[in-house]
Amino acid sequence: MTQLPAQDAEQLPGRLIVVEGIDGSGKSTQLDLLHKWLRSEGYATVFTEWNSSPIVRGTTRRGKRRKLLTPMSFCLIHAADYASRMYAQIRPALQAGVIVLADRYVYTAFARDAARGVDRRWLRDLYSFSVPPSLAVYFNVPLEESIARITLGRAELKYYEAGLDMGFADEPRASFRIFQGRILEEYDALCSEFGIKQIDATLPLTEQQVQFRELVREQLHGAPRAPRNEVADLLQKTGLSGHYLTDSALRR
Amino acid sequence: MTERRFYGVPPAGIGDEDLPGRLIVIEGTDGVGRSTMISLIKEWLETSGYAVVDSGLTRSPLVGPGIERAKRGHVLDPITLNLFYATDFWDRFERIILPALRAGMVALVDRYIFSLIARGNVRGASREWLEHVYSFALIPDATIYLDIDVENLLRRVTERGFDYWESGGDYIQGVSVYDSFVQHQRAMLEQFQAMIDPYDFQVVDARHSAEQMFADVRIHVERALAGMPA
Repeated sequence: MTQLPAQDAEQLPGRLIVVEGIDGSGKSTQLDLLHKWLRSEGYATVFTEWNSSPIVRGTTRRGKRRKLLTPMSFCLIHAADYASRMYAQIRPALQAGVIVLADRYVYTAFARDAARGVDRRWLRDLYSFSVPPSLAVYFNVPLEESIARITLGRAELKYYEAGLDMGFADEPRASFRIFQGRILEEYDALCSEFGIKQIDATLPLTEQQVQFRELVREQLHGAPRAPRNEVADLLQKTGLSGHYLTDSALRR
Repeated sequence: MTERRFYGVPPAGIGDEDLPGRLIVIEGTDGVGRSTMISLIKEWLETSGYAVVDSGLTRSPLVGPGIERAKRGHVLDPITLNLFYATDFWDRFERIILPALRAGMVALVDRYIFSLIARGNVRGASREWLEHVYSFALIPDATIYLDIDVENLLRRVTERGFDYWESGGDYIQGVSVYDSFVQHQRAMLEQFQAMIDPYDFQVVDARHSAEQMFADVRIHVERALAGMPA
């Protein structure tokens, strides 16, 4: 029997593009713009985001709402969510030759959990089932700028987001500042450890997107295109509007 | 000489604090008689004046409902399933076992990381990975392993019938429940056998009478409690 996690140098025909950065860095916006561009170029894409496994998500949400999570259980339940997406979504898509776009990846766990005091070496063993990305981009934003972006137009910071479980400070904003500062330091170290590319997230959005696409383009050589969208062709020929069709039918 | 307290690096949230209690683990496969032994030890220790907390692999408040939901109607890869179990284990450890040890109580634990490693490994998660993950566990003061062979185990469990998970129904297909049970339990027993030395199990022969087993178990418990005020 194959023993998971398999460490063999398997060749997955897809591409895995990852964005990382602290809250408010604008990474999701950049990934969204990239996503639309790749689609318009005819590539088959799959999007996956942190903390979204249909099997695990409910438990994490419960733990957060009832404040049941400690540094270790926070770490483990997020690893379960990640594993579930890895085996049910990311790996199969890469095997099928699809471009997988991940909003946050293993580095988020490495940064956040280490900032909560979890051992770095142990974390790397824990996540050894992770597929190495084709490209990981870190949207680098200074702490002050990130705090301004996050707290602007937001009445309250979330308990775990502000690191209030760590007892750094009682006041949410003060705690957030300390916790995010720690996470930034972790990200800095991760960028050199894993060769993560950096984009200055204080540049104009369009400029960031230009740099991002440049990095992604290098990964696209030989990436398979999506099959032609037959439903779209049919609509064009028949003159039907297709307004009863679901999004997924049109994307096919 | 400093005593090694965890299998790996100490987990986040636990410092160098003193844990005056004792951690006693009863391990063994399904239906081998663990809960009978635990009931007897608990009563005996309480009568002798010890404060005892017992905890099994029942579900934690954090993950309990989630695991049950996930096990129903989902194809779960062994890595995700194990991380669910690991979260569950840690939650109970932090919530029940650790406070008891801090308070100087005897924590009597029905199954520990060894059952989780065995279950994960027979379902295809690598032994190395499982041991890395569970290296956050506190080393017990005694791990008492109730040892049995499949033939004797079958005699014990046929009365109550075969359980789906105890028969490995989730990963063994196309054979009768009986064959599936034998195959799964044989694999589990092999796992436990391989852990006796590396994890310092105290082996108690579970083919013996309850009376003999309890006498054997008591010796190991008494040794683990040495120097502890009742």
